[in-house]
Amino acid sequence: MTDLISPIDEAGVEAAVHAAMSSKTPIAIRGGGSRAGLGRPIQAARTLTTEKLTGVTLLEPAELVASAKAGTSVAEFEAELAKAGQRLAFEPFDHRALYGSTAEPTVGGMVATNASGPRRVIAGAARDALIGVRLVTGRGETIRSGGRVMKNVTGYDLVKLACGSHGTLGVVTEATFKTLPIPESELSLVWEGLDDARGVEALCAAMGSPFETSGAAHLPATANAPARTVARLENFESQLRYRAGELEKLLKPYGAAARLDAGASHDLWGEIRDVAPLLGDAARQVWKISVAPSRAAALAARLGPLVAAHLYDWSGGLLWVAVEPTDDAGSSSLRPAVREARGHATLVRASDAVRAAVDVFEPEAPALARLSEAVTAAFDPAGVLNPGRMHVRH
Amino acid sequence: MSGIAMPEPDPRILARRDQIVAGLREIVPGEGVIDTEDERRAFETDALTAYRRMPLAVVLPSTTEEVAAVLKYLNGQGVPIIPRGAGTSLAGGALPQEDAVVVGVSKMACVLDVNLADRTMRVQTGITNLGVSGAIAHEGFFYAPDPSSQLACTIAGNVAMNSGGAHCLKYGVTTNNLMGVTFVTMEGEIVEIGGDAMDAPGLDLLGLICGSEGQFGMVTEATLRILPMAEGARPILFGFPSSEAAGAATAAVIGAGIVPVAIEFMDKIAIDICEDFAHAGYPMDAGALLIVEVEGAPAEIDEQLARIGEVARANGATSARQATTAAEAAAIWKGRKSAFGAMGRISDYICMDGTIPTGRLPEILARITDICDAAGLKVANIFHAGDGNLHPLVLYDMNDPVSLAKAEHAGEEILLACVEVGGCLTGEHGVGIEKRELMTAQFTEAELFQQMRVKSAFDPNWLMNPAKVFPLELRAETRKAA
Ligand SMILES: Cc1cc2nc3c(=O)[nH]c(=O)nc-3n(C[C@H](O)[C@H](O)[C@H](O)COP(=O)(O)OP(=O)(O)OC[C@H]3O[C@@H](n4cnc5c(N)ncnc54)[C@H](O)[C@@H]3O)c2cc1C
Repeated sequence: MTDLISPIDEAGVEAAVHAAMSSKTPIAIRGGGSRAGLGRPIQAARTLTTEKLTGVTLLEPAELVASAKAGTSVAEFEAELAKAGQRLAFEPFDHRALYGSTAEPTVGGMVATNASGPRRVIAGAARDALIGVRLVTGRGETIRSGGRVMKNVTGYDLVKLACGSHGTLGVVTEATFKTLPIPESELSLVWEGLDDARGVEALCAAMGSPFETSGAAHLPATANAPARTVARLENFESQLRYRAGELEKLLKPYGAAARLDAGASHDLWGEIRDVAPLLGDAARQVWKISVAPSRAAALAARLGPLVAAHLYDWSGGLLWVAVEPTDDAGSSSLRPAVREARGHATLVRASDAVRAAVDVFEPEAPALARLSEAVTAAFDPAGVLNPGRMHVRH
Repeated sequence: MSGIAMPEPDPRILARRDQIVAGLREIVPGEGVIDTEDERRAFETDALTAYRRMPLAVVLPSTTEEVAAVLKYLNGQGVPIIPRGAGTSLAGGALPQEDAVVVGVSKMACVLDVNLADRTMRVQTGITNLGVSGAIAHEGFFYAPDPSSQLACTIAGNVAMNSGGAHCLKYGVTTNNLMGVTFVTMEGEIVEIGGDAMDAPGLDLLGLICGSEGQFGMVTEATLRILPMAEGARPILFGFPSSEAAGAATAAVIGAGIVPVAIEFMDKIAIDICEDFAHAGYPMDAGALLIVEVEGAPAEIDEQLARIGEVARANGATSARQATTAAEAAAIWKGRKSAFGAMGRISDYICMDGTIPTGRLPEILARITDICDAAGLKVANIFHAGDGNLHPLVLYDMNDPVSLAKAEHAGEEILLACVEVGGCLTGEHGVGIEKRELMTAQFTEAELFQQMRVKSAFDPNWLMNPAKVFPLELRAETRKAA
């Protein structure tokens, strides 16, 4: 049982980090805990949670900006935004389905893991929407970077750095995002029966068209369903009809498309975001692989025997692979293949023991690893925040 | 010479000049090393032309390996380095110092690879911004960030400054369209960061390097996100009786759930000068104008412009004129994109670059007027209204040192006002030397020291573009703080 620290304000976070520094005892950082299975397991006597730092602190739809404290649930933040007709364009990835977790994802966790969903392919990642942060560094100092305006190059972009740093640089206490209006409607086009290579090719053609495809996924055939290649359009109702027609024409070589109306489209993209088609067997280990779309299908084919289930999102740029459980999650054959395809792989679901034994994140080349370590040390010289969550430190 | 100080050159480096030049010649052959005074003069300033410093030497390597060897050599010799693209920085980002070697990427300007299926492109960073879009236009693709200086400025400068442009409201700035770089460290190592796969895990060093103002190392190649062109695009011009009304209309359009590709603002003085230059048919009786551009198929454009027109009229627009031909559209943009040039024909100016929350627009415009009135200076306002990025051009007379000092002071006051209302010192031009001493107005000492520690992580000896971004006084202290 580890000690739980639950500060009610930034000063409390600072105090906790100071205490960790002076006693040289690392602390684990947690939001709601819904993403606890992500990253390397770490040994820490105490856990600091941001769950009591809550509240939406800014919401200006006419300026496309909103802020929330780190412990605010993503659900609450999105609900507040929706009331103002706004949303987070990157479609936050939700790790709950993947981990079978019932914990509540928080804004801080979303930032720390750069958790982006299907719309990332056109709208950018969480890190692209994030325009300001407050964080308590591993030196116990509260700093701000960015702000509440969309265009800001004043000083280094520590906002990007904080996003996806898995709590190894500082504890994010508040985050500010660029938001976008929720479009009037959406629909999806679905082509059936394409193989992986053709499916990804069709998605790339859609992304290369001027019709602003906002979701592009290929769900390979399963025992009881044919393959589905799905393209989503979001817009004003009147524009949607036109664009869907044009996209169908453009993709005619791939066969006729079925149309999913707003409701069905919304549901399907929820499943794709949650990687539902991969989740059948809870024991299976899951990899998230980023690779250029043009090399994705060949990579999946090469991984062939290892793959228990897979799907492509981000126009093929994101390959999800589930493997049957083994001690190294197939790492020894998967990593070289991914490297050869110039991609990178993250082991997003496996037991603590497996995630402690193999690299969870793509190993970095030595020069890059040195830079990352130097930057980490600039924020957390004593190594007290989530030490070893990303890579083993030297 | 005017207000902003530069560090005293190190006499020990100046004394070793011949030896350093000889060392550089061993790495970069022939014309790649420039040491005559005449030729060096071309590199003594950037677009902040009030400041000039003759560099020790200039090196123009042809390969990443040469850049690596040059950095390793100069780092070993303890000689400061000023990376340079095209020298269009408005913040003095590429301003040399007498004891520094300028390392330029102008000889590395090739397109290395285009992949339309992946929507990516690999270039050497000496290529111009327009050169990138030009290389893929025939395929129906483009590179989105479009600084007004795009004819001249390089991807190297864009990455270093995280540059933006008029169309960034929809497409984002450089950092949102950059997927990878080849980065040369001070130790002369060549590191690939990111690439053509999205969202590399690990710390986002790519995001950190973008906007680091050439203070970490040098970027020699880049992988860029390229995008399919819209079916069409059409600007519309709205005239408003006042700047306030134009500001309110901007907020109302965005508030109505419409995000155009661009919303650009000009006040009366800017309208007069740009119209005189571009003959774009700007409304001469208006107190301010907005250029709003939307994209799509013709019918889609009609529909969006109708919605926007409604909102604009409800907010007091007195005139509206759509471009009906490509030539008219080009003329509308020519007026805007050549605004700085047009202004330069009639007066010297300093171009400020603060950003504000758009809701505070009327208040800030009034303050800018007050500040410049009090200084007895004219000001023209041109800016990216949709994202609150202001470009007040404070007019002065280069031959009158008093007038320059007044303009710099007024500029500072404007930027401080931007920070005060919740904005920032610079939206896209960077800090450089220009806003260096103002950084303490936006950041606490702890925040500045944290940023400086990050620089030290890349460049422990503080040789890379060292006199930029941070107040000079703080630099001495970082050594202690690091
Ligand atoms: C008329 C005019 C209009 C402009 N309009 C805009 C605009 O709309 N939007 C906008 O954002 N900016 C604008 N600018 C500013 C300027 O063009 C940009 O900052 C541009 O990115 C600078 O590019 P450059 O190639 O000229 O870089 P330089 O001026 O040569 O250098 C800029 C910075 O980049 C660093 N650098 C250069 N090369 C490298 C490298 N290889 N590795 C690491 N660091 C490097 C330099 O040290 C310096 O700090 C404008 C400038 C002018 C003169």
